[in-house]
Amino acid sequence: MLEIENLHASVDGTDILKGLNLSVKAGEVHAIMGPNGSGKSTLGHVLAGRPGYTVTAGSVNFLGQDLLALETEERARLGLFLAFQYPVEIPGVSNMEFMKAAVDAQREQRGEKPVDAVTFMKSARETCKAVDLDPGFLKRGVNEGFSGGEKKRNELLQMMMLQPRLGILDETDSGLDIDALQVVARGVNSMRSPERAFVMVTHYQRLLDFIEPDFVHVLAGGRIVRSGDKSLALELEARGYAWLEDEVA
Amino acid sequence: MSDFMRQSLDSAATSAPPWLQDYLRAGRARWESASLPTRKTEQWKYTGLQALQPSYAPAADGAIVLADAGVELPRFGGYRMVFVNGHYSPEHSDAQLPVGVSLVRFANADTSQAARIRSYLGTVVGQDQALFTALNDAALADGVFLDIAPGAVIEQPLHVVWLSGNQAEAFSINQRLLVLCGESSSASLIEHFTGARSEQQSFTNGVTELLLEAGATLCHYRLQLEEAEALHIGRVHARLGADATLNSFHLALGSVLKRVDVVVDHSGQGAHCELNGVYLPRGEEHVDYHTCIEHRVPHCTSSEVFRGIIGDAATAVFNGRIHIHRDAQKTKAELSNRNLLTSTRAEVNTKPELEIYADDVQCAHGATVAQLDEMSLHYLRTRGVARAEAQVMLSFGFINEVIDTVRCEALRDYLRVLLTRRFARDPALVGSVS
Repeated sequence: MLEIENLHASVDGTDILKGLNLSVKAGEVHAIMGPNGSGKSTLGHVLAGRPGYTVTAGSVNFLGQDLLALETEERARLGLFLAFQYPVEIPGVSNMEFMKAAVDAQREQRGEKPVDAVTFMKSARETCKAVDLDPGFLKRGVNEGFSGGEKKRNELLQMMMLQPRLGILDETDSGLDIDALQVVARGVNSMRSPERAFVMVTHYQRLLDFIEPDFVHVLAGGRIVRSGDKSLALELEARGYAWLEDEVA
Repeated sequence: MSDFMRQSLDSAATSAPPWLQDYLRAGRARWESASLPTRKTEQWKYTGLQALQPSYAPAADGAIVLADAGVELPRFGGYRMVFVNGHYSPEHSDAQLPVGVSLVRFANADTSQAARIRSYLGTVVGQDQALFTALNDAALADGVFLDIAPGAVIEQPLHVVWLSGNQAEAFSINQRLLVLCGESSSASLIEHFTGARSEQQSFTNGVTELLLEAGATLCHYRLQLEEAEALHIGRVHARLGADATLNSFHLALGSVLKRVDVVVDHSGQGAHCELNGVYLPRGEEHVDYHTCIEHRVPHCTSSEVFRGIIGDAATAVFNGRIHIHRDAQKTKAELSNRNLLTSTRAEVNTKPELEIYADDVQCAHGATVAQLDEMSLHYLRTRGVARAEAQVMLSFGFINEVIDTVRCEALRDYLRVLLTRRFARDPALVGSVS
């Protein structure tokens, strides 16, 4: 589904990713861990096409297409979803209107007509319940005045409405208390399927107690320096990252 | 004296009732001793009056069929009164007023109503300041007096429509509205200016006086939806008694020349005003809002938010003055003006102007000129929304935040639909990131 080869990327002239390789197949859940500043968040932003993030070498193939040649919205319509670590607040644009535009864009891609407002409203309300978010949030500005946990649940809400092929969760666990973490994990687990994959970027092992990964990778110095199964995460939890960084150096 | 000044009184109707004649004479004297402002006049630095024609015809009695003129007037659930070219149009106006409200045309006032009008007219707007108010005073033929009884609570909005119809030649209207909100009364008023035909040349000089007695609450909405060749110079002047609350919203689509002065006098302790507005000029249009919040007494609050989107080669002016007098301790005043330029040829001149003579006050102000936020645009696109659509959403969102302050739900819905349509078809209103 996703093949990343020798990916190099820079932000403001600073090289962050330095030859990253990653292969994700449908149905798999990958966790990417690593110390601060290792390039974990950069990976998600590069895949989503954030302005200012420049790919200097390498390739990314997503569902048979050259992902890097596509516009941000085309990547999304193809089924790529990035749950932001810091979701953007957009006052004046209602959450509901925003999500309907997003869902309709996906439908347009599939040659379908826009969903009617009543059906959409109903499904949005139901999804709100699933992520434990008051439906009143649908009428508010996108993420406007939401708490950290509410923003993360709003990201999950969008992901559930859009049903992407690949979900990239960027530090979705950061700033969540244990109850909110369980809500998010339940949502992600309910979406796991043989056709869908997830890449979870996280700093802590804690999230992986709730969403069990098939693979764990350690990102350090802009490259994946170690891959393994979930036991690698436990080892990292016990020993920290320093030994790996030493090994790589 | 310019041709415009000399001839402007000729086009004024001569049918004012006898009890108004002395008032007109005083206005005429002020008008005749004044001269038109130039670019050197501070208040008119960025707004020229070249678009004013040397002469205008009197507005003909505009008995037009709305449907024929392509005009669809909305209903906001309450009483509606319609004027066409300044002339009262009974066929488009409702007959039954809500209890507690008297809405009288000057031309129809009986003796006691005339006496009441005479005792309030001009007392809010004052005699000395505005040139175009002098013209309005001098040329007044008809006006509307909205008298809300003390204690009356009027649930449904009162909707006053000023419609410019068709006429062979360019015409002018001097429109006047006087509102008295009795003690502890509560009401909503929609002033709605619109035109039947955008290429019609006209000049409207509109003056609105709002007098809120102690404890009164008024939601006042002034929609200036005339476009293109419709010139409008307008003034809204409000005076708030103790604990009175004014919630005011202004919307201006652009035209060749549109200038609105809004003055709010806090003259009783505990008064509060919320003043918000949106302006959307494009093409070669011009919109100018000059606002002035006067805090004369202690313990009053004011909050003001104006936003504009300026497209093509249009120009906008926003001048927001807050004047806190020496005795006005414990005042809280906020002012924000944000502008979105959607073209490199668009221009805005924005100036917050603070004059503070009291020492124990809280006052915040800010003015910005910006483009769309790049990260917001990116966020929408990561969800599959195409760039062009995302730009429309963000541009509309920029003013939608101000529309949200409109408390009358029927009006808010009307404005959302009106503006959503406009944003969807007019790229000049849609911003981009640099």
